[in-house]
This record gives sequence, C-alpha cells and structure tokens, in this order.
Amino acid sequence: MARTITFKQAINEALDQEMGRDPTVLVMGEDVAGGQGTQGEMDAWGGVLGVTKGLHPKYGDRVMDTPISESAFVGAAIGAATAGMRPVVELMFNDFLGVCFDQIYNQAAKFKYMFGGKAQTPVVIRTICGAGMRAAAQHSQSLYAIFTHIPGLKCVVPSTPYDAKGLLIESIRDNDPVIYFEHKQLYQMEGEVPEESYTIPMGEAQIVREGGDVTIVTLGEMVHRSIQAADELAKTGVECEVIDLRTTSPLDEDSVIESVESTGRLVVVDEATPRCGMATDISALVAQKAFGSLKSPIEMVTAPHTPVPFADNLEDLYKPDANRIAAAARSVMEYQAWAPASSSS
Amino acid sequence: MGAGQLEQLTMPKWGLSMTHGTVVEWLIDEGAPVAVGSEVVEVETDKILSAVESPVAGVLRRHVAKPGEKVAVAGLIGVIGDAEASAGQVDDFIAQFETRVATEASPVEDAVTQTVEVAGQTLRYLKRGQGGEPIVLIHGFGGDLNNWLFNHEPLAADRTVYALDLPGHGGSGKGVADGSIDALGDAVAGFLEAVELDRAHLVGHSLGGAVALALALKHPDHARSVTLIASAGLGTEINREYIDGFIAASRRNQLKPILQMLFADPESVTRQMIEDILRLKRIDGAQQALQAVARGCFADGRQTSIYRDRLDEIAAPKLVLWGARDKIIPPTHADGLPDSVQVELFADHAHMLPMEAAAAVNRLIGQFVQ
Repeated sequence: MARTITFKQAINEALDQEMGRDPTVLVMGEDVAGGQGTQGEMDAWGGVLGVTKGLHPKYGDRVMDTPISESAFVGAAIGAATAGMRPVVELMFNDFLGVCFDQIYNQAAKFKYMFGGKAQTPVVIRTICGAGMRAAAQHSQSLYAIFTHIPGLKCVVPSTPYDAKGLLIESIRDNDPVIYFEHKQLYQMEGEVPEESYTIPMGEAQIVREGGDVTIVTLGEMVHRSIQAADELAKTGVECEVIDLRTTSPLDEDSVIESVESTGRLVVVDEATPRCGMATDISALVAQKAFGSLKSPIEMVTAPHTPVPFADNLEDLYKPDANRIAAAARSVMEYQAWAPASSSS
Repeated sequence: MGAGQLEQLTMPKWGLSMTHGTVVEWLIDEGAPVAVGSEVVEVETDKILSAVESPVAGVLRRHVAKPGEKVAVAGLIGVIGDAEASAGQVDDFIAQFETRVATEASPVEDAVTQTVEVAGQTLRYLKRGQGGEPIVLIHGFGGDLNNWLFNHEPLAADRTVYALDLPGHGGSGKGVADGSIDALGDAVAGFLEAVELDRAHLVGHSLGGAVALALALKHPDHARSVTLIASAGLGTEINREYIDGFIAASRRNQLKPILQMLFADPESVTRQMIEDILRLKRIDGAQQALQAVARGCFADGRQTSIYRDRLDEIAAPKLVLWGARDKIIPPTHADGLPDSVQVELFADHAHMLPMEAAAAVNRLIGQFVQ
C-alpha cells in the first residue's frame, strides 16, 4: 500500500524533490530557513507554520530568508523568474498579497503577453488561506477568486496530500506565474502519497464522489465538508456527485457541465465571500452552458458577505458546514417548478 | 447437490482495496437453475462492474441482497440450493450465516505489496498464498499487478502466486533498457532469481505473454508451464491506435475511450480505474518508459518479436486463451498454433480476459497447472 503522509509533508516533499531535480528552483520567504544571517539556530522554524523545515540544511543558500517586505521579495522572485530561475515564494497569509498586487497582477501576469510570448515567468507564490484557526479577519480569508480574475495567472487550491504534492510539482514546472493556496486547516490531514515525483495537470477537476441526483462543485477544505454532507444525504437516498475543482484558473468547465447535464441540479460550495467569487462564477457558467439541463435553481453555499469574525462561535457559523451543504442539496431536490392552475378549478 | 442442501453465495474480494461491493442487478431469477460458472449477479465496486459467478450447480433460491444494497466482502448475497429445501430451511440457513459471521467475524487480511532490487532497480510485486508450484503473473503494456485483481487470490488458494510490475510500469522503477521484449524477459528472469524461484508457471497477458515466451525460450528451466492470454508474440498485428492513444492520454476524458477498447462491455471502465491508471502514468519517467517499450516492442505499429514458429522449442505445457472480441490483438493469432498448445476461445469477451472472464480464466489456469 502506498505510504501515508500529511498535507504539510506532501508540500515539503514536492519542494525537496524539485530542488533536488532542478538547481534553478529556489525557496524564499519570511523565516523559510529561520534566522539566516544570525548567530542563532538555523532552520529553527521553516516558515510561519513549518512547511519548509529541513530544506535549508539540505539546499543551503537556495532557501532564503527575506525581510518582512512582501512587495520587495515577491518582486525579486518575479524578476529572478524572468531571468531563468524557478523561485517558489512563501507569502505567509494570502491576506498580505495586497501589498504586492502590482508585482503580481500588473507585472508577472502580463510579461508573456506584452513581450509577444518571448518572456516566461515561472514563479510560484505559495500562500496560506482559509478560516477556522481563530486568526481573525486579516489572516483568514480565501482570496483565490481575486487572482482567478486576472488573465496570465494560474490558481491552484489543493484539497488532499496527494493533490498538494502533484499540483505543486506541476506548478513549479509550469512556465507561468502560479498562486498556490494552502488551506491552513488541511496541513495535518493525512493521505496516501507516492514517494516518487508526479504531476497533476492544471485544469482537471477531480470527481471525488459519483452520484446521479445533485452536483456539488467545491474546492479546498470545503471538499471534505461536501463529502460529509453527501454521505449523510446518501442515507436518505440522495446521491451527490462531488467535484473538486483543484485549480480555479485554468478551470475544468467540461467536468462541471457534464455532471450537471446528468444530475440537473447544482450546489456550489465555497468558504469565500459570496460576491464575484467561485460560487457566482460556476453558477454563471452552468446557467449559460447547461441551462436546459437544470431541474431547479442553483444553490450557492458560501460565507456571508462580511469579514471573518474572531469570536469562535461566530467563525464556526461563518464557514459553511455539512449541515448547510446538505440543506442546500435537499432544497434543490425538493424544488417544484411553478405550474399553471388547471382551468377547471 | 444432495436433497435439501444449501450453499452460500458471498460477496467476492476483487483486489487489494475492496472492502464492499454494491449489488447492481440480479441476472438470474429466484427459483431459476444455475450452473457452475453461471453469471448470477452484477456487483459494482469503485474499481469495476462485474458479474459474480455461481460456485456450484443448483437452483438460485434467494436474492439475499437487493439491488442497490452495499455488502461487505464475504457477506451473504444469495443462497443456492436444490429445489427441495423449504423456504423455512432457506430462512434458517440465512439466519445461521448471519449468526456465524457475527461470532466469527475476522477482518479480511489486507495484502501488501513488496519490492525487490533487480539489476539496480526496484521491482514491485505482490505475493499471496503458500506452497505448491508457484505461478508468476505478468501484466501487459501499460498495465500493473492490479490487472490481476480478480485472479490473484483465487489462484493462490492452493499455491504461491506472484504478480509483478514490469520495469517502467506500476510501482516499479522506470528504467526499461531498450524497451524490448528481451529486456523485459531478462528483468522477469532477474525477478525469479531475486525471489528465489527456480521454476514457475508463467502466466502472461498481452505484452506479458510475449515476455513469458521470451523468458521460456531463453531459460527453459524456469518455465514449468506457459499460459498466454490475448498474447503478444504470436503475430505482427497490434492495435496501434490503442498503443499510441494510451501513451498520449493525459486526462480522464482522453483515456476513457482508449481503455474501453480493452473490454467487450465499455461500462466495465469505471472512473476509479481511469484515475488509478492516470496516477501511475503521471509518475516521473512513466511516460518515457511507455514510449521506450512501445518503440522496443511495437515499432511502426507492428509487433517486432514473434515467437510463433518457436513454440515447439518450449517443452513445457502451453495454454492459449483468447477473447473473440479482442480489439487490441486479433484473436486469429490463436489459429493454426502447433498441436502442443491447448487453445481456449471466449466468444463474448475482449482483450481484458483476466478481468472480463475471471472465473473461467481462473478455472482453466487452475486445471492447467494441476
């Protein structure tokens, strides 16, 4: 049987194997080595949640601690990528990406296009997303939709250790800038992961559960809550097909549409806020391309349009859970289209 | 079957990871007769949809599990017996089974693959059963040891059975030398040595059949017998569309129609089967290994290693099995073989005989190696 490791170990292993395979792969970010240039213990930390621990002793200066200046080191990584390196930047929490917007969306995302396809920017920006760690409004958002909006960027949101490793290796080998979102609640999740290096292509959703009644399209940590809801619903005879998008850009439209064409019902589950997000994007896609297959209105299960609350009880209410997902699936099952009253009555 | 006697029909275990199966449809009505090997009920796992065959002759007395019902491996799904047993006796039989399972329940032991070093690279294999004259199962192009999921356990009932991943395939190392049948045959010879087998019944499917032939010709002492299933090495034709398509497919939707060529019933190809194969194809080096094997064995879309005229040089007993609906290697390659070869044809099945006609294949191999 395959070996079991955590989501966090899978990311570390992907970085390790790619650094071993390709000398142009660099890792940079705040404390990714831990105390570089000081007299203290090296590799003490390995990034804010210890994901890069162990890489500095093995790869030395190819693992670089940076100052707390996101705009500078993200810009430096993008520059290095255009000059032939393959930097993997760790940008702690995705909430801080705002300070380097210009570097990401107006520079990295545009080079290939503006230089007639002659420039490549093979940079990966790894960042932590998601609520649930009592980290309050400025450390808990899920901001993949913002980057999905920008042509020229790829966006990856893995949900399992297997996907985390394969998609990170794919991201590092990809010649375009990739924003890679790691949900903090998944780091300790265990799963079977091959020891060999392998890739998962961009833009291929995973059908994690088959079913003929309702299509649930989701991503990240919500994949697991959706499976939980689907398992509960199966006890009442409702079979849900759960689709894990895996990458939001490129997007696997075909898998979503094919599934809705067979079930006729769609629930989109995303823990991000509801406006201009993946839930509205997927809903629009289906309304446009599979309208004729729909047997009921589309349901969206998302966070409310508010910042992530700090209070434990409110944060728990904020994130969609299996009960809310199951309720949405039941409502699309129970929907009755309006029918004109019989003329004889 | 004696008067009043009843037999259980239980959920089979197909492959390492199967813990449950879902009854899809009963193919035989309650009260209707069944023969040994009759397909009685369709069962679906996350890997495959297949039929459970009757282990005995008699009358199908009871559908214990209803369509849609999920049953654990070794759980009771039906009762077969003679018509004379009363309905009450059938009820008692079911109740006894349930009591016995409740009191004696022992989890099905999970099989674990092992690895061995051969010529500087790792080969993965699965060993089941013990004693007896061993069988070695050799999969085909792009396959792996899981291709034998319906065969390994039944064949291991009275002997040791090994299934290996050929170099470049499954969980084995990705070095395939020149990718030729000879190179693969040498790797299997190295494997036999590494696991200390002097002699084995060689069972090869498709490309694995040609590998078994190459091995038996080069090392006659190693082959106790040779079974060739839809085998390469007996003629030049091979479905090039399949070979090229299998190599090129990197996504589910590309791979599905390719895999469907292997089966008489395209519904046999499940999402999980596609996913499992894609996972192996996406390992670093797997793609290059497949390309090298295709170049080494099927250059220009023709088989290049043909052993047809040398079959009589192999003194060991030889069995050839073929599905008449094979779309990968034409079943006509089973025609006109020397008299020393026992040939069995399957009218309704295609290239993946070990999966499609598992019970019959297991029975024929079981008798042949006795």
